[in-house]
Formats: sequence, structure tokens, C-alpha cells
Amino acid sequence: MESVIAPQLSEKPRIAKDYAERSTLAELWEYRELFYFLAWRDVKVRYKQTALGVLWAVIQPFFTMLIFTVVFGQIANISSDGVPRPVFYFSALLPWIYFSSTLSAAGMSLVSNSGLLTKIYFPRIVLPATAALVPLVDFLIGSVLLAGFIAYYNLPVGWSLALWPLLIVPTVLLAFGLGAFLAALNVKYRDIKYAIPFGIQLLLFMTPIIYPSSVIPERFRWLLALNPLTGLIEAFRYALVPSYSVQWSHLAISLPVTAVIVVCSVLYFRRTEKAFADIV
Amino acid sequence: MTRCIEVQALCKKYRIGKLQHDLMLREQLIQFVRKPFNRGSAEGDTVWALRDVSFHVDEGEVIGIIGRNGAGKSTLLKILSRITYPTSGAVKVRGRIASLLEVGTGFHDELTGRENVYLNGSILGMKKREVDRHFDAIVDFSGVEQFIDTPIKRYSSGMRLRLGFAVAAHLDPDVLVVDEVLAVGDAGFQKKCIKAMDELRSSGRTVFFVSHNLAAVENLCSRGIWLDAGSIQMDGAAKEVILSYMRSFASGQLSGSGPLETENRLGNGEIRYTRIEYLSPDGTPCGIVRSGDPLVIRFHYRAPKPIRDPNFGFRIFTPTGTLVTEAAHWLHGIHIPKVGPGEGYIDVEIDSLNLVPAQYQLSLWITGHGGALVYDGDLRVALDVEVTDVYRSGRMLDSRFGLVYFPQRWRVTQA
Repeated sequence: MESVIAPQLSEKPRIAKDYAERSTLAELWEYRELFYFLAWRDVKVRYKQTALGVLWAVIQPFFTMLIFTVVFGQIANISSDGVPRPVFYFSALLPWIYFSSTLSAAGMSLVSNSGLLTKIYFPRIVLPATAALVPLVDFLIGSVLLAGFIAYYNLPVGWSLALWPLLIVPTVLLAFGLGAFLAALNVKYRDIKYAIPFGIQLLLFMTPIIYPSSVIPERFRWLLALNPLTGLIEAFRYALVPSYSVQWSHLAISLPVTAVIVVCSVLYFRRTEKAFADIV
Repeated sequence: MTRCIEVQALCKKYRIGKLQHDLMLREQLIQFVRKPFNRGSAEGDTVWALRDVSFHVDEGEVIGIIGRNGAGKSTLLKILSRITYPTSGAVKVRGRIASLLEVGTGFHDELTGRENVYLNGSILGMKKREVDRHFDAIVDFSGVEQFIDTPIKRYSSGMRLRLGFAVAAHLDPDVLVVDEVLAVGDAGFQKKCIKAMDELRSSGRTVFFVSHNLAAVENLCSRGIWLDAGSIQMDGAAKEVILSYMRSFASGQLSGSGPLETENRLGNGEIRYTRIEYLSPDGTPCGIVRSGDPLVIRFHYRAPKPIRDPNFGFRIFTPTGTLVTEAAHWLHGIHIPKVGPGEGYIDVEIDSLNLVPAQYQLSLWITGHGGALVYDGDLRVALDVEVTDVYRSGRMLDSRFGLVYFPQRWRVTQA
């Protein structure tokens, strides 16, 4: 879809950068430096002014893992499918924390940057995209801790570990897609702001994070599989613990569902973005 | 000369109903459940911010856009900048367009001056190597070099402004769109900014410039476009357009004084107001009344017969008829034993007009001896108060900020 007010002049234009018809991707490439600087700003601001700085990236998943191990593992005694409980929770919590923080940041990205939206032109999709990039830093830092888990629990190091960085790609796309859709919706409907944290809370329980999908009765498992996060989270777990009984069919559903969500979200975003500055 | 901007039959419609409250998905769902086939009934009243605006611009022209509040100036700039889109019509632009609708867009408090220069530069469309190349010049222009590695939350508003403008002054676009940024800062800084704009002009760039500072428009611009109620009222040489614009204010007051002559009013007609003038403290007519400016309101009257113990007063109403204030000279303990016969005038001197920008109405009255009403104009004279930067911070005070503002200082103390 064109992001232009009008086609070019009929005479040969000298430069026609800003008003020319061009695809989203080409225009995004044009604005890559803005994209970089906005992401850089958010990362910088995130770690400036915090006493613990980068440590926060480790503290959040680590302590959540501890609490989950005690509450869901020891007290509620939910199965972890034979995987050591700290590993079981931590391997799912890292991608989950990435996903949930992206979703809430991306969902708010347009509204909280209304100053930029009403004063300057840039491809609006840059804002949710930035929001999807910034929590990735936390994910990467958290991933370093995996080495500690592997050493402590003496987990076999194999090819499956190569899946870990690969799986983040569809996870980023899914979080970005949903986030962009929510962001566009949030500009128009201000109650989205309240719905996002609530939705994230529900999603935590609808995704096999505190339980393995094997505890769900066979005939209801397809419901779980409809959630594109299910396949991804389980595959993340498998990447760390190859003995984990992963359902590959879940991942096989996840990937196309993710693709559909991303395409639909971006289309919706593109369709509504022209009005953002007027209503934000 | 090559044509670089072509604007054709531009129209922009805003829905005011939707702007007044945030739309809730909940309400839409409820509406959908009630009337599933009645789409879009939530639409409120519409307002045309621009109506059929067409013009074209050649390379190297510097165009000043003038007009009153709500004439559509900002909307036009926003459409040119691609921030908002026209309801109908087309804009064709050749070349890189940079818009400067605010100084320091995207500045982040936690980041240092240096970091913000890069961030702001990239937001305004500069490449990193362009910022690299101009960095020293930018810092030099801003005059904040000692603090360049300090987080800008420690900057004064003046420093922030200078840094923001320094970045903007080093933009190198083919077309620059500037909104009222010169109205900020101290006189020395304004001079610097005007010089920077002048350099842009002499290097053959096309500049669009919206300002209430008519002197700046006259100095900088070769051409003026006067917008009124969303349409082009006049398009021509800057000097002539400004002159006609100023005259429209004067004639606006004349049309105000016209009905003053009619007999259709309360009171016994022993004395009446004949004309109202808005003056600067030096006694020259001010074309534009702005928030925070000193203002002299001169009430001309004519009394065929002498009037004993007159009391002159006026009320200021908002456009919707709310009384903002009433003033009368006897409140000041001043006693005028007698006026007339003949003509005269009364000056009301206001040090700082602390009305928030809007189109106010003045209603005038005079009472005579014993408080008997001798004149009460049911006619109201317009008082258009324009947007300005009353706090000298670069932040504009506009009609969203209520009816009045009051002089104040802020001091932050932390335990």
C-alpha cells in the first residue's frame, strides 16, 4: 500500500524521496537510522538510572523461576515432565517475559509517543517494531544464564541448542505482529490499555509455561495448540532439554498461525495509520 | 524556476464529536449489539479545517502563512509534512521535506545533550554521518558546550530550546516547513534563528513559515498566504498580504463599531461608544493580540449632552457566553465628575493580558448618575487572543489550558 498523499509530478523528479510511492520495506530501509536511534534511546534509558542496571535482565526471570519452582512445583506439585523444575520454568520464562513485555510496550508504543506522531513524519510501524526490539536485549542477557543451568544440571549439549536462537525469530514476529495490531487499536479505542495486561495474565495460564502440555487431556490439546505461543514455548524447552517430550505438531501449527497474525496485523496497521495523528 | 510543491484542492475535515472524548471499544461493542447494521453512528459534528486550498510553489520561494487562530495554518503544515492526510485533494512535493513543528521533538530527559543531538537529528531526518559532520557546529550554535555530556533534564528551558534549534538549523532539506518556532527564546536567540532562516533562503531552499510575528514574516518571506476559515483569503507578495491582513483587523473593529451606531440597544442613548481600538503600549494599533502581551483598549465615546458621574465598564465573554471578567473604572476608586458634551476616549491599560488564546467577546456598558443605565451594547466586539509562548519555554499556551493563566514560578525542592 502506498504511503503517499499523491503520485509524483509528471515531470521527471529530481529527488522524490518523501512523497514517492514505494513499498513499506523500502521505506523502512530509508528510515533504518531512526529505527536504530529509537531502539538505542529505549535501551539506553532502560539501563540508565537503575542501580542494578543490566542485572535487572537476569533478576526478573531468575526470581520468577524461583517462585514458580516453590509455588507451582513444590506446593502445587504440578508435573514438569521429568525436567528439573528450575530448568523447566526458566527455559519457558525467558521467551515468555520477552513476549509479554514486548506486547505491552508495543501496544502502548503509539499512544506513548504521541508527541512524535503529531510532530514528525516517519513510517509509524517503526514504533511497535522498536518496542519489539528493545526487550530482546533482556532476552539475550538472560540467555547467557542458560550456560549456568547447563553446567549445574549437567544437561547434554547438543544440536538442539541451536534451536534456541532460531526460535526467537518467530517469537519476535508474533510479539511484533500482535503488538502492532494492539497499538493501532489502542489509538482508536482507549480501553485497549486496560485489556492488554489482563490479556497477558490470561495468556500466561493458557500457554504451557507452568505446566507441560502433556498434563492436558488429549482431547483438549488442540485448544492449547491454537495458541501460537504453545508450540514456540515447548520448542524453547526442548532446545535446552532434548529429553523433553515436545509436540512438534504444535510448532507446525504455531508457525503458520504466526505468519497469518503478522500479515493481518501489518495490513490493519497500514490501513489505519493515516489517521493516527488526527486521533491519538 | 522549477516547481517544487503543488497543492490541489486540498480539503481536510475533522470530526469534533470524536475528539471530545476518547472512544471506547466497549461503547462500540454495545452499539454493535444494539444496532448491528448501523455503522458509524458515533460520528459527531464535522469541521472543515481546510477548504479547497490550491497553490503552487517554485523552488527557492520563502512563504509565510498567516491567519487567525483556527484558520487552518497548522493543518496545512501538517499535511505538507505528511503527518496528517487530507480528506480530499492532492499535494505533490519534489525533494526532501523536513518539518520543524516543534523545537526538540523527541528529546529525552535522561539522555545527555550529545545523545539528544543524535536522536533529534535522526528524528528530523538527518543521517548519522550528517550529524557527525555538523556536530561541532551544532554544539557551537547552541552555546551549551560545557553541558553537552550532561543529561538534559538538568538543562534550563532556554538551553534545551537552543540545543533543539541548533540541530534544526543544520538540517539540509529541499523544503523546510517551520511552525511558530521563532516566537520562542530571548531576543538574541531569535535574531540568531532568523539569521539561520535567512541563510537557508539565500541558499535557495524553499521554506514554509507560519508565524504570528508579522515583522518576521515580512522580513523573511517573499510571498504570503493568508488563510481564513480554511480557505486562502489572499496569496501574493508578503508585504501586501500582511497589509491586507492587518487591515482586516481594523475593519473587523469598524464593523464592530458600525452596529454601535444603531439605535437597537438598551439605555437612553445619552452617551455611546463609537469605536474600540486595541493598541500597543506605545499607542500604535496592534494587529494581533496575544496572550501575555501588554494591551491598551481604547474606548471612544460620544456624548451629545454632558453626563454626570459616568461609570465606564466592560465584560469579557468566552465564545460560548461564559463571563470571564467584568471591569469598571469605579472599582479602581476613580471618580469622573462629568464627561461631554463631545467626544473623547478612555484607555484601559493591561500590563499582561492573561487570557488563554480564544475568540473572546467584549460587551460594553456605561451608567450615568445614580447608576441609571445610559448605554448597554448588546453588541459584542470581538477580541481575538492569539497563541503565544507566554512562559518563554517554547511550549505554546492554547485554548486547552482553560480561560486564563496567571503569572507563576515553579521551584522544585527535593528532600
